[in-house]
Amino acid sequence: MNAPLIRLQINGCTVEARAGTSVAAAIAQHSLIFRRSTTGQPRAAFCGMGVCFECRVAIDGIGQRRACMVPVREGMQVSCDD
Amino acid sequence: MTDRYDVLVVGAGPAGLAAAHAAASHGARVGLIDEQMTAGGQVWRQDVQHASPALARRSIGRTLDHPAIDWLAQTRVVTVEDGGLLVEDPRRARRLHYQTLVLATGARELLLPFPGWTLPGITGAGGLQALAKQGWPLAGRRVVIAGSGPLLLAAAATAKRHGAHVLGIYEQSSTENIQRFARSLWRWPAKAVQAMGLRAQLAGVPYRCGSVVRRAHGETELHAVDVDGPRGIEHIACDQLAVGYGLLANVELAQSLGCTLQLQGAHAYVDTDRYQRTSVDGIYAAGELCGIGGRDTARIEGAIAGHAAAGKTADADRLLQSRQHARHFADALNQCFALDPRVHALAQPDTLVCRCEDVSLSALDGYMDARSAKLATRCGMGACQGRICGSALAELGRFPRSGQRPPLFPARLSTLAGTNLSSINKP
Ligand SMILES: Cc1cc2nc3c(=O)[nH]c(=O)nc-3n(C[C@H](O)[C@H](O)[C@H](O)COP(=O)(O)OP(=O)(O)OC[C@H]3O[C@@H](n4cnc5c(N)ncnc54)[C@H](O)[C@@H]3O)c2cc1C
Ligand code: FES
Repeated sequence: MNAPLIRLQINGCTVEARAGTSVAAAIAQHSLIFRRSTTGQPRAAFCGMGVCFECRVAIDGIGQRRACMVPVREGMQVSCDD
Repeated sequence: MTDRYDVLVVGAGPAGLAAAHAAASHGARVGLIDEQMTAGGQVWRQDVQHASPALARRSIGRTLDHPAIDWLAQTRVVTVEDGGLLVEDPRRARRLHYQTLVLATGARELLLPFPGWTLPGITGAGGLQALAKQGWPLAGRRVVIAGSGPLLLAAAATAKRHGAHVLGIYEQSSTENIQRFARSLWRWPAKAVQAMGLRAQLAGVPYRCGSVVRRAHGETELHAVDVDGPRGIEHIACDQLAVGYGLLANVELAQSLGCTLQLQGAHAYVDTDRYQRTSVDGIYAAGELCGIGGRDTARIEGAIAGHAAAGKTADADRLLQSRQHARHFADALNQCFALDPRVHALAQPDTLVCRCEDVSLSALDGYMDARSAKLATRCGMGACQGRICGSALAELGRFPRSGQRPPLFPARLSTLAGTNLSSINKP
């Protein structure tokens, strides 16, 4: 299966991913740290299915979105650690 | 905007797909919603790199293509209102009204705390499978799979297909339990064939019983795990740990609709009658929501619920026997993979149990119930609304999981404007 390649920005870096990839999976190509917890610990996607909210990032300026529930789109701006 | 359906189905896994198709086959106008981007639920989640199995393609295709079925993707239920549900999708919020409602919200993993479990690089077992299918990079990465249940095998097979180097599968249940279960498989020939298929895919991957991950090591991400097994403690360097202790039903929506729940161990499921009717008039439930039973149970129960919701109980009657057969298999599975008490003792006093608010196990000492602990420590008050820590604490025997208060998920303010949350706040 060869879905088209999509380019998005993660913390300002360009990342390429196949269409259908989730933002969480695209972030993991770049770094394993998705956000900091209330006491400053590094955290990453954990449940993979929208339940734990550990994968929260800002997508196109909207904060607190679950990266495992959102497919990548061309030109998307993702920022971790918001 | 308001839409009306004869039958509204929540959840597009095997149960919801079967329910929607069965109801539509009798001429009902059906709405099918799921918060995921694609249909298929957990077991038939689409894989960005590999084609779906034929059964999944067939079940999804015939349902989504049906002219009487409206498929509403990336749509989640925010709250319950009289005779309807308030839902939101990425663009807007709207109300969906129904004559009958079929709940098929499936299951999530039981994820239990142990020292180091919050490190990046650690996911659920099904969680890693889900992420791999979403395109999570695994090629060449050293992966340890642990926890309990048949899902470990499925997760390992998916990880391997995505190029991971699977170092081993560590199952908490004893060798005797697993062997006893394997000997009983002849009663479910289709399952035996499935199991052999998985074994073949996992040739060369060690499968160790009676083994639990005690601790994960790393600074900002995972570097190694300590596995405690029959041969003592093994220190294993790895890049990724996938650990899950089985499944539990997503009862939150059913609960806020007032459906009667039952307990299976420490966790609730929805109580139904032979036609999958819940205790609330006009509301049906099917699949994992009615007790962990796997894909085949979900498909059969979904079809029963769909026929019955459309008023065709004679069609449902024909499926009752196969449901019983499937549920017996599930009972045998649940028995085989019952959790060993040492799994409950993994979390140490300083281990975080609430990952949203960073609350440690010892911070909960002295509180008698989840509510008072929550008020004092914020445990369970974070974004996941206690779905992870509340279920874990129930499993550890600390507090039973407390009821859900609306909204069911953090919702956009614009969605909630105009709803009176207090008026729908059911006990
Ligand atoms: C992570 C994971 C991986 C699994 N992998 C396998 C596997 O490889 N093989 C296997 O045999 N079994 C697997 N299972 C077991 C699985 O539970 C069953 O096989 C089967 O998918 C159950 O079908 P279901 O229709 O009851 O529920 P599910 O398949 O879980 O479907 C429920 C659906 O409801 C949706 N939903 C839930 N709540 C809401 C809401 N409020 N609003 C909108 N939508 C909602 C969910 O997004 C989901 O798509 C897995 C389970 C999990 C949790
Ligand atoms: S990984 Fe749990 S919500 Fe995304």
